[in-house]
Amino acid sequence: MQRSNNDIWVGLLVLIGAAALLFLALQSANLLSLSFQKTYQVTALFDNIGGLKKQAAVKSAGVVVGRVKDIVFDGKSFQAKVVMAIEAQHQFPKDSSLKILTSGLLGEQYIGLEAGADEKNLAEGDKVQDTQSAVVLENLISRFLYNKAAEPATNTDGK
Amino acid sequence: MIVRGLAYLGWTLRVVLADIGHATRLFWQLLMCAPSCLRRFGLVRDQMHFLGNYSLAIISVSGLFVGFVLGLQGYYTLQRYGSASALGLLVALSLVRELGPVVSALLFAGRAGTSLTAEIGLMKAGEQLSAMEMMAIDPVRRILAPRFWAGVFVMPILSAVFSAVGILGGWVVGVVMIGVDSGSFWGQMQSGVDVWQDVGNGVVKSLVFGTTVSFVALRQGFEAQPTPEGVARATTRTVVLASLSVLALDFVLTALMFTI
Repeated sequence: MQRSNNDIWVGLLVLIGAAALLFLALQSANLLSLSFQKTYQVTALFDNIGGLKKQAAVKSAGVVVGRVKDIVFDGKSFQAKVVMAIEAQHQFPKDSSLKILTSGLLGEQYIGLEAGADEKNLAEGDKVQDTQSAVVLENLISRFLYNKAAEPATNTDGK
Repeated sequence: MIVRGLAYLGWTLRVVLADIGHATRLFWQLLMCAPSCLRRFGLVRDQMHFLGNYSLAIISVSGLFVGFVLGLQGYYTLQRYGSASALGLLVALSLVRELGPVVSALLFAGRAGTSLTAEIGLMKAGEQLSAMEMMAIDPVRRILAPRFWAGVFVMPILSAVFSAVGILGGWVVGVVMIGVDSGSFWGQMQSGVDVWQDVGNGVVKSLVFGTTVSFVALRQGFEAQPTPEGVARATTRTVVLASLSVLALDFVLTALMFTI
């Protein structure tokens, strides 16, 4: 097959396209850091996960140590079962506790992991017992109103 | 009166059906030409050079300015809610998911689609296509198919360049000029953009749009009336039809891809 100058230019075009795709995949979607780290999976049951989503961060002391892999409804306990993949370089005691927290006032929700004091560490497939649900604003308000109503109505006229 | 209306209705239906039939047949022929095109890749390569390399300048300049505008407008809106740090995410998602494939397909229709239609239409007007058929050369295989496949191959490249340059443009306005924190610009983008969900679907979209635009352009040229007026009308129709079908298909694809 004969060669022509167009070969060079089309090759350049393909190269530019590949570079653009690579830029999109690496710089904006962060392909590398997601897939090449070794992880171990841990599950936990929550009464209410609020707005937690797949791929949400698992943070300990504010640093991302893992990601939420899967969220399913557990029909036996009527709770939400959350599967997390935690990076293998971070080891946590077995009695660590999980909380669903919100970053900022309107930010997205993540799982906060507080290390416990157990000698043994969490391993693949372990279940974290100590969990605390997401704060649901409606529940908070209704509890507040209920407490208000339950108070004896003395301080309105008594002063 | 009623009979004539009925006849008109029937005639319209017949014409529309025949049109769809012709289009489908041509599309099928073009698809079937893929092996022979790949075997004689020189023809496709020359068309890729003509369609791709010459469109690169307009695509990257438009991408840059779209990125600038997204950076500015996005900043003004986000800053109202105190979340200017999400600017990178906004710029990247809107470019990779929608604007990259769609705007580059529209530009491609205007820049390359029209030239395809005019070229083929003039070949037809000058009876070059008939002459080829006399020499037992299939014009669909020799003329149309290389242009079609070149358009399909080139479109994802152009759309990726558009998105990448656009993100850089958004970065220039957001980080360099306005002063959004660089770390949160890229960090929010990286945590929010998924490779397969967003970037991959953008590539799929641009493949579909490349197929659509080049097919519409080639068919309009191939079916054009072999007169100067006919070629002019076909060129106009290419832009209108290609743009409308790109926008309509974009809605359908978005509805399929991004609804859970």
